[in-house]
Amino acid sequence: MASHEASIREPLILHDKTYHEITEDVSRPVETKANRAWWTLFSIALLAMLWGLGCITYTVGVGIGTWGLNKTVDWAWDITNFVWWVGIGHAGTLISAILLLFRQKWRMSINRSAEAMTIFAVICAALFPGIHMGRIWVSFWVLPLPNQFGSLWVNFNSPLLWDVFAISTYFSVSLVFWYMGLIPDFATIRDRAIRAAHPVRKYIYSILAFGWSGNARAWHRFEELSLVLAGLSTPLVLSVHTIVSMDFATSVIPGWHTTIFPPYFVAGAIFSGFAMVLTLLLVMRKVVNLESYITLNHIELMNKVITLTGSIVGVAYITELFISWYSGVEYEQYAFLNRATGPYWWAYWSMMTCNVITPQLFWFRKIRRSIVATFIISIFVNIGMWFERFVIIVTSIHRDYLPSSWSMFYPTFVDIGIFIGTLGIFGTFFMLYSRSFPVIAISEMKSILKSSGSLYKKNAH
Amino acid sequence: MSQGKFIHGLFGDEEQLLASAKKLQAKGVHVHDVFSPFPIHGIDPVIGVPRTRLSDAGFIYGAIGLSLCWFMIYYTIILDWPMNIGGKPNFSFWQNLPAFIPISFEMTVFCAAHGMVVSYLIRNRLFPGQTAYNPDLRTTDDKFLIAIDLGANAGVDAQTIEGILKDAGAEEVSFKEAA
Repeated sequence: MASHEASIREPLILHDKTYHEITEDVSRPVETKANRAWWTLFSIALLAMLWGLGCITYTVGVGIGTWGLNKTVDWAWDITNFVWWVGIGHAGTLISAILLLFRQKWRMSINRSAEAMTIFAVICAALFPGIHMGRIWVSFWVLPLPNQFGSLWVNFNSPLLWDVFAISTYFSVSLVFWYMGLIPDFATIRDRAIRAAHPVRKYIYSILAFGWSGNARAWHRFEELSLVLAGLSTPLVLSVHTIVSMDFATSVIPGWHTTIFPPYFVAGAIFSGFAMVLTLLLVMRKVVNLESYITLNHIELMNKVITLTGSIVGVAYITELFISWYSGVEYEQYAFLNRATGPYWWAYWSMMTCNVITPQLFWFRKIRRSIVATFIISIFVNIGMWFERFVIIVTSIHRDYLPSSWSMFYPTFVDIGIFIGTLGIFGTFFMLYSRSFPVIAISEMKSILKSSGSLYKKNAH
Repeated sequence: MSQGKFIHGLFGDEEQLLASAKKLQAKGVHVHDVFSPFPIHGIDPVIGVPRTRLSDAGFIYGAIGLSLCWFMIYYTIILDWPMNIGGKPNFSFWQNLPAFIPISFEMTVFCAAHGMVVSYLIRNRLFPGQTAYNPDLRTTDDKFLIAIDLGANAGVDAQTIEGILKDAGAEEVSFKEAA
């Protein structure tokens, strides 16, 4: 296959791999027993998940009075967590869809795991509006179904309903996009299991691989499907966080009803998502020995995306401040003054530090290519983006028009437990995924080996 | 799968397979199928794979999604039970359309994506429990296989085909009763 890539570019696959070695390296975690580090992390995640499920059961049984909400602050950690998790999911789609359209080959080492992260994150996100309803067993009322309460239909003018459609479309489309890409790689593991005469693995992966044979027609359709799904997912992912932001932007609460929200939320979502991808992959590449595929080059490229989106977020924060002053609206001005200097100043300044200042460190190549620094900054960004949502939601409503109803929000152990629980659900799913799924798109890696592998690069010089 | 004798040429490199396919085509040999661990770019016109109409179908599914969505919205909150929301009653579909754009978009994408995926699975005969028919298990790892149906190429003798495959660098050439 003739290559069109400049030989001066850094290789995307190191250590002179062959096709067979790629198969071996990616299949190894699936075919071998888990080590102690995996069991430790898995147990911690499982415990957190069980604790969270306990807190959710308590909430569902007793009601959301178990949370720290009050009449003034009636949305707090639940919606903060919802927006945070949905945002994290966005990086997966950005990597798998938008970077595919831009023909960025480096996405191929990370897209599988990033998409897995998307799916697990959206599951965690969708949990929060569900349990916030209080009566989760009637949550199907958000769907436009014929019912016995007269002609009661859902309100198609409401952004909350748009969210129902956006999140469910996003989740299901991401899921099938991910799975269609997985089928050929499951077939690889299946055929290896047949050759190794491993009956259990053969049985499981034969089902998962859907009978994939890898003939020319199938690949032709596969490529067409991938391209069109990427084309559909690209506006979809932008629409999802746009609609999430409209939950706030279409209201009349000072601090919420700003037209800058959609682009600002989308940039923030990609920003936080990339930070989470880095947090996960920096650990995973070490634990399952994928340093040849997720290289320093990949980390540097992701850090550049973080710097870009982090800067967009920073500009958005400053624009918001400027506009609130420029608007001349007293309430608007107070909302922002209160954010920065009121009782939640610490949340505001944590957000500012983590999201605006720390990613700027990536202007230094040394820091961009340092694994330790990247890991620490990615954690900072994760925390910062959680605070961003907390600041937007809680500081805008805790001091409303009537000073007599001003209030603070204090989370109860249930609020905290459910958040930790979703981290546990996410962690449990991701740990299981990392040992049972091919964590790198095997077939895609093979297709770029000749143009971007280190052996080719060496010979081209 | 048609019955008859097949020649299988197994390659360790997709470029060699592509070269052999081109030579075979020049000789007028019809290639039955090619099995590979990843898509071989440029093989489709050589072995006569027609362009898929999957994306055309996707457009139609999307259009159906949009129509269903507008019908749903029109029926539920314009026709069946117009609601007065914030003094802006839903008596007219068109005047309320801006508020329906997000859901219209989502439904279009939902139907286009899922419709295409279902069509793709049906066309490729992929479903849980389906048995794979790749003739060599190594074609999902690092080998590339070209299958030629001798029954469909009565005019060319098997030795010529074998010779072309071997010249192009085939690691193994074998005769099989069925593909």
